[in-house]
Amino acid sequence: MTFALDIILSVLLVVGGLFGLTGSYGLIRLKDRMQRLHAPTKASTVGLGTALLASMFHGLMIGTGFSWQEVLVMLFIFVTAPITANYLSKVHLHSRHFDGQIPRTGVSRDWSTFDDAPEGPEPQLPQRES
Amino acid sequence: MITYALAFALVCFGLGLILNLWRLILGPTVADRVLALDTMVVNVIAIIVLYGIQTGLGINFEAAMLFAMTGFVGTVAFCKFLLRGSVIE
Repeated sequence: MTFALDIILSVLLVVGGLFGLTGSYGLIRLKDRMQRLHAPTKASTVGLGTALLASMFHGLMIGTGFSWQEVLVMLFIFVTAPITANYLSKVHLHSRHFDGQIPRTGVSRDWSTFDDAPEGPEPQLPQRES
Repeated sequence: MITYALAFALVCFGLGLILNLWRLILGPTVADRVLALDTMVVNVIAIIVLYGIQTGLGINFEAAMLFAMTGFVGTVAFCKFLLRGSVIE
């Protein structure tokens, strides 16, 4: 039992460390600004997630007991990572280094991050006559 | 075996911090530097959690939670400032 738990915890820790290192290495290695956004998300989800899972197992089996802080950290990181990535991509787009490289939207409006309010009323669902 | 795995993971995240520092110094634009800072926050949270496993003290996880919250608020404030010119409008 203890040996199996050792194996599980070690595998989780090694996988987490490798993914964290991969995310940080991708931040150096990738060329484009938008590509660079891609790598650290692996570090924040898989790397930190497996480290927190290992911490949870360790506390549950060997240490003092289950603690809710790891669950809260995991929940918080998983909720806030896409928001951060969205804001950073908006900053990339608005820094105007992409002029002429962004594909067209196909409609009369520009992308919504460049366009404040849509012209005309919003499309409504058809009303039922009563 | 857990001791060696913990040491390996700590070394990996520490190397990641050094690589992030490299991008922070090198980064051509401000957005790259903000992204490097955000990744540094993630790596530091992982290091705090691994240190908590090593020492067995529960207070490290509260520190990690506080770091996660302040890191997120800091990154969003940086991005808001870059996008709009002010943090709170």
